[in-house]
Amino acid sequence: MSNESEPVIRVEGLSAGYGEEVILDDISFDVYPGEVFVIAGGSGCGKTTLLKNMIGLLEPDAGCVLIDGDDIVAASGRSRHRILRKIGVMFQTGALFGSMTLLENVRLELDEFTDLPRDAANLIASMKLDLVGLGGYGDYMPAELSGGMQKRAAIARAMVLDPQILFLDEPSAGLDPVTSAGLDGLIRRLAKSLKITFVIVTHELASIYAVADRVIMLEKEARKIVAAGPPEQLRDSTDNAWVRRFFHRQAE
Amino acid sequence: MTAKSKSRSSARLRSESDGYGTMTLGYAGRLDSVNVGSLWRQTSDILKHARPARVIVLGEEIDYCDGSGVGLLFSLRLKGVKQGFAVEFKGLRPELAEMLDRFDADRFAEYGKEKRHIHPAEEIGHFTWQLFLDLREQFAFIGELHVAAVRCLVRRGQLRWKEVFITAERAGANAVGIVSLIGFLFGLIMAFSFAMPMRQFGVDIYVADLVAMGLVRVLGPFITAIILAGRSGSAYAAELGTMKINDEIDALTTMSLNPVRFLVVPKVLATIFVTPLLTVVANVFGLIGCGVVMLSLGFPLVTYTSHVESAIDAGDVALGLFKALVFGGLVAGVGCLRGLQTETGPSAVGISTTRAVVSGIVLVVLAEGVFAVLFHYMDI
Repeated sequence: MSNESEPVIRVEGLSAGYGEEVILDDISFDVYPGEVFVIAGGSGCGKTTLLKNMIGLLEPDAGCVLIDGDDIVAASGRSRHRILRKIGVMFQTGALFGSMTLLENVRLELDEFTDLPRDAANLIASMKLDLVGLGGYGDYMPAELSGGMQKRAAIARAMVLDPQILFLDEPSAGLDPVTSAGLDGLIRRLAKSLKITFVIVTHELASIYAVADRVIMLEKEARKIVAAGPPEQLRDSTDNAWVRRFFHRQAE
Repeated sequence: MTAKSKSRSSARLRSESDGYGTMTLGYAGRLDSVNVGSLWRQTSDILKHARPARVIVLGEEIDYCDGSGVGLLFSLRLKGVKQGFAVEFKGLRPELAEMLDRFDADRFAEYGKEKRHIHPAEEIGHFTWQLFLDLREQFAFIGELHVAAVRCLVRRGQLRWKEVFITAERAGANAVGIVSLIGFLFGLIMAFSFAMPMRQFGVDIYVADLVAMGLVRVLGPFITAIILAGRSGSAYAAELGTMKINDEIDALTTMSLNPVRFLVVPKVLATIFVTPLLTVVANVFGLIGCGVVMLSLGFPLVTYTSHVESAIDAGDVALGLFKALVFGGLVAGVGCLRGLQTETGPSAVGISTTRAVVSGIVLVVLAEGVFAVLFHYMDI
């Protein structure tokens, strides 16, 4: 978290919503290279909306998202393709292609964007599967795997072209604590060894403590970032009542 | 005025009015989900006729009260807020009173107000606007599809041939059975229903000309397209709809893979390729069906075939196949579009497949109409 270096993601004045309903109002923050950055908040506060705006799936009402200096909102065609090559995304459900095997899922981007020979693509894809602990599962169909394995495979698919940034949408949703902890360990390992920047959307306290270098908290009523900093700092010294309740698991 | 009402159940309501606007309602017995229904109706009736300024609810004799009972008591408080009378509860057990106080009558009264009555004119306007938006989306989709298709055909490695062949097998080869059966039956039925009236005028041999002409130019491509809309258009919508719901379409987009190029183009190209072939099958089996009727009417096979030969030429066949080409594109295109338009929720895919089939059939009929006029003026 060398804050002196240039941010790899810069979100500036982002406002977003659906129709007339405003979900996020004038949000700005920076993500620095190599850090595990967590977007946290309660249900319905716009975490996933923010993520979808950051990866170009939704167009914000105002503001911009700079990925490595390029605005993903304004980009189209080739420049957009160039930006998207720098990121990988794991969706909440994994979103593996159901009609393809795991290996084919992971290999897809290699097939589409490189001219690697078939056996090379297969080997590289298998290595990515091995990195997430699914070494021997290349020939399985996604439906034959458990939820945790599907998510790990989705991470392998997201990082097959070695993106600088990985976006994970609720990696621990629907997983038991043990599997979830395993996934957290994987994230830390990848961040440390491969120097990948992670942007993670979650509301799991345990995961936040386990992986996060820095957290921003969104709140539904405020539609803004109500707190930002390392998780321990947010837990121990916050003046925002909602953040305090979140970190101490108290009901309203 | 004193009224006493006793229900069949073990719950009772006693109401009393003092004549100066104060109404006393005394509930007794078990206020549970079995009994509350009749108490609720009685309470409504009493309050409707009495229009009190103040209501006192007596609860000493309530033996048991579940969620429905609390609902009944709370409804009195709500009515008080809405109709402007004061409600006072007396003799409620403490836990019951506490339960009742947990709900805020002022807030509940607000809930109903947000629902706004929609004027029919507004609804018609909204519907028209949606129709317009859908039309715009269809045009945009047609444009996007053409750009993607041309790009796929021009640049090497852009088209997923494997997907094209799989779709061609599913939509084409696997449909040969049903298309030949329907084609055969269609020829048979048409020939039979024309033969009876035409026989009265002694021109039943011309059934052969009629059926051959109608089948090859119009009905062959048409029934093939309808079968395709039901079989494959719906399948495309379901497949893409499920992918949409599972975020797979979003996943493609974030991988910088265009879903239209990646998923739609192979399906549309494969369908455009197989529809004329299926039309040939439908035509051949339709003519066989017609032939069966003609033979059973006593005409020799040679007479039948020579009539068919003289009725249609290569131009007619080509025209029919050209139509089939267009129909195939329409059915597959709109099927994929409906799939991509799928919203969220468990019923969304069902809605998309329904829309795919309906739009497919409507488009085919519209196109058939346009072709009929066009070919009439072009004199083909």
